[in-house]
Amino acid sequence: METVIATEWIMACYVDDVPENGGSCIKHGDEQIAIFNFARRNEWYATQNLCPHKQQMAISRGMIGSTGENCEPKVACPFHKKAFSLLTGECIGEEELTIKTYPVKITDGMVFIGIA
Amino acid sequence: MSKPTIIVVGNGMVGYKFCEKLLARSSQFQIIVFGEEPRHAYDRVHLSEYFNGKTADDLSLSTLSWYADNDIALHLDDPIQEINRGEKTIHSLKGITLKYDYLVLATGSSAFVPDIPGIEKEGVFVYRTIEDLELIKACAANAKCGAVMGGGLLGLEAAKALIDLGITETHVIEFAPRLMPRQIDSAGSSMLQMKLSQLGLHIHLNKSTAAIVGDKKISSLKFNDDSLLTVDMLVISAGIRPRDELAKLAGLHVGTRGGIMVNEKMQTSDEHIYAIGECALYEGMIYGLIAPGYEMADVAAAHLTAADKGFYGYDMSTKLKLIGVDVASFGDAFITEPDCRTILFEDTHKGIYKRINITNDGKNLLGGILIGDAEAYNMLLQTVNNKIVLPPDPEDLILGSRGGEASAGAGVMSLPDDALICSCEAVTKGAICSAVNDGGVTNVDGMKKCTKAGTGCGGCVPLVKDLIAGTMKANGQYVKNVICEHFDYSRQELFDLVKIGGLKNYDLVLDHYGKGDGCEVCKPVVASILSSLWNDVIVKQEVIQDSNDRFLANIQKGGTYSVVPRIPGGEITPDKLIVIGQVAKRYGLYTKITGGQRIDMFGAHLSDLPLIWEELIDAGFESGHAYGKALRTVKSCVGSTWCRFGLHDSVTFAIEIEDRYKGIRAPHKIKGGVSGCVRECAEAQSKDFGIIATEKGWNLYVCGNGGSKPQHAQLLATDIDKETLVKYLDRFLMFYIKTADQLTRTATWLNKLDGGMSYLKNVIVNDSLGLGEQLEEEMQTLVNTYHCEWKEAVNNPAMRKRFAHFINAPEEKDPTARFEPMREQVKAKEW
Repeated sequence: METVIATEWIMACYVDDVPENGGSCIKHGDEQIAIFNFARRNEWYATQNLCPHKQQMAISRGMIGSTGENCEPKVACPFHKKAFSLLTGECIGEEELTIKTYPVKITDGMVFIGIA
Repeated sequence: MSKPTIIVVGNGMVGYKFCEKLLARSSQFQIIVFGEEPRHAYDRVHLSEYFNGKTADDLSLSTLSWYADNDIALHLDDPIQEINRGEKTIHSLKGITLKYDYLVLATGSSAFVPDIPGIEKEGVFVYRTIEDLELIKACAANAKCGAVMGGGLLGLEAAKALIDLGITETHVIEFAPRLMPRQIDSAGSSMLQMKLSQLGLHIHLNKSTAAIVGDKKISSLKFNDDSLLTVDMLVISAGIRPRDELAKLAGLHVGTRGGIMVNEKMQTSDEHIYAIGECALYEGMIYGLIAPGYEMADVAAAHLTAADKGFYGYDMSTKLKLIGVDVASFGDAFITEPDCRTILFEDTHKGIYKRINITNDGKNLLGGILIGDAEAYNMLLQTVNNKIVLPPDPEDLILGSRGGEASAGAGVMSLPDDALICSCEAVTKGAICSAVNDGGVTNVDGMKKCTKAGTGCGGCVPLVKDLIAGTMKANGQYVKNVICEHFDYSRQELFDLVKIGGLKNYDLVLDHYGKGDGCEVCKPVVASILSSLWNDVIVKQEVIQDSNDRFLANIQKGGTYSVVPRIPGGEITPDKLIVIGQVAKRYGLYTKITGGQRIDMFGAHLSDLPLIWEELIDAGFESGHAYGKALRTVKSCVGSTWCRFGLHDSVTFAIEIEDRYKGIRAPHKIKGGVSGCVRECAEAQSKDFGIIATEKGWNLYVCGNGGSKPQHAQLLATDIDKETLVKYLDRFLMFYIKTADQLTRTATWLNKLDGGMSYLKNVIVNDSLGLGEQLEEEMQTLVNTYHCEWKEAVNNPAMRKRFAHFINAPEEKDPTARFEPMREQVKAKEW
């Protein structure tokens, strides 16, 4: 049986609003969403902007990169360098923290984020 | 033929270790384990960490699947009730009857509970299992005042647990006249008592408890001297009792004061039954520590597999941290004169007590006690165990070397090969060195996997680390110091490679010399190298900059930024002061004078930064680089222009120096100071470079540091003129920039530099490497290419666009950035 989850795609910004290999933050209602243009891998990611460690709206200002054998993409919060997987949102390391992730698609130079 | 069956009674740390050791030696046996507790074996040594947030799973020594994977049948929550030695069978509480070929008793011990009236009351606990801890935790939630009966090692651990649980008033009651009577002497106990009392623990010695008072629940303790102590709860930690009841029932020989008697092969009076750990009595002694327990497990496993190994007593030396206080006792700690000579050191101010006992001929160390500072423990223990001949001034062992070049002791590499380094896992120096030589191990993690050294109590890890580095060095192997998983180079190596390759951006550097996609460690390192080499505008490569460098401001609590314009030498005109005041007022900023003689404005929203800087630049200010690993300030005293003591014009010199080196990126921040006379009001000797006026010129000091480990700067050159001083400073700074590891201040860099200050002096002053001219030229290039980053940023529309919190609503500020009023200004809301 197939489960259909209705995903609402919102137009977040334009491709060149987000620096290559870096992030920007967008406002969606009361929500803050961090968007990352992982140009080196030709990938896009989106997560919540709030770092759960000290409740700071800062994830979008963090540095991205990869870790481990499988080159897991990650972002490190600029405050205390807690790093989160861009795929799963899980904190890399011992901490039991996670952040929300969103699907991203690019159409005609526009960045769309899937809001479940 | 079926495999012989070994039944292990008890699934504590030693019972578990036996399984592990046996499996390592042979797969010939069918292993069946019975445990009384509902959990599989966990780390009882670090039990108190359960209160610091560690879970039962964290403490567990293996996973349940480990037992299944190794074909071990594990019966938990099912204690053995009876052994039938004639038929070689056991019967469990749940009714299981099994036949054994060999039986291993690892039943451990239980808390000794003295027979005091009222001991059965509610609120009285023992401290032994995770279940005990859960009961204590539940009771502590409603308790204010708690007591621990027993001032031994475990009792003090329990007292720490009560403090961790939020008990505001914690008492320790000890029957003996001193704390930890088995490990330390009375002078050491007094020092420990003083330290613990300062930390808020109430300690009562020479107190014996007569009764526990209360209706159903404990309300107070009554002592033999008729005094009373009101408490809400009591934890009993008055010693251990070997669990020998099963053995006794089976007719095995037990000691008069408990314990299952064993020989040196760990066999009981029945050769098919072994006993190991805290239930075993060897030559009249119960070994209540983990290391000898593991050793017994290995001896029994060895004997069962026909290997030759015996147990002949065990070194009971121990080192631990009790409520933040180091306590160590090693070798023969209690031997006294005339059987030995004793050297004592006592510092009641810092709470340090050290005692070493040496042979009458002064040649060997016999044992000792350390309270308050046990850093020397590992080396002292090795000195005892390996009978290493003492230096001519053995007091150096506890006082450190005072004066002269000689160091106390000869270091780890001088130990003999059979020196036991990790006593928990019985790993010798020889084994560790051969893991490096033959096994290719290069770090502690690898060593843990290869030899298990350092996996027990972890106390030997610093020694293991030194041995790995020492062995590699002795082999001429290069001790690699790499930046991160993406670059297999040190910062210095990468610096040279980037320079030779002429690479100008991060992706090129990563493609040429790295792997993967980079990370938050290597990106800023490469950014700093690129900047030190080519001095391009850093925001052109914004995404590889650390957050502060990316937005050219310091991120603060709440996500707003602070702004620091440069005020060279701390000199500022009234007009400029007014501008700072106006800007701060307009943007609602909190202002504070910094330690470096400038003014910091806090609470700026990201989108306000370019506006603020536009105004500051218009008034003639420049970036202060407070956000960068770069020159911060050159602090000055007012000098000869006003001061009646001043010899030269220190302010002018400070401004010249600050202007010369401003904006230059380095491995870490750099601070300087210039004082106009020897009174040193600029505190120049605590800076990375310090300049002090003399009658004949200036003295130059380098590599000082405030911070967490203050260090005075050292004299590099005396009575030199300004020109020479700038030349030396160019060389010094450039040499540091090119060779230091990332995030290493000049002081730490010097401490690690082979040859130290005399080498540095040779390179800078005597130009021993012939690099002087090159270093000066490189510095001059950086000085010539200076630019104010903020000027570039506010004048470049593409760069300016990045200073917005919401890219799709650039005019809106982060609504979560909140402030609270404080003394007529604002502060960031607490997180």
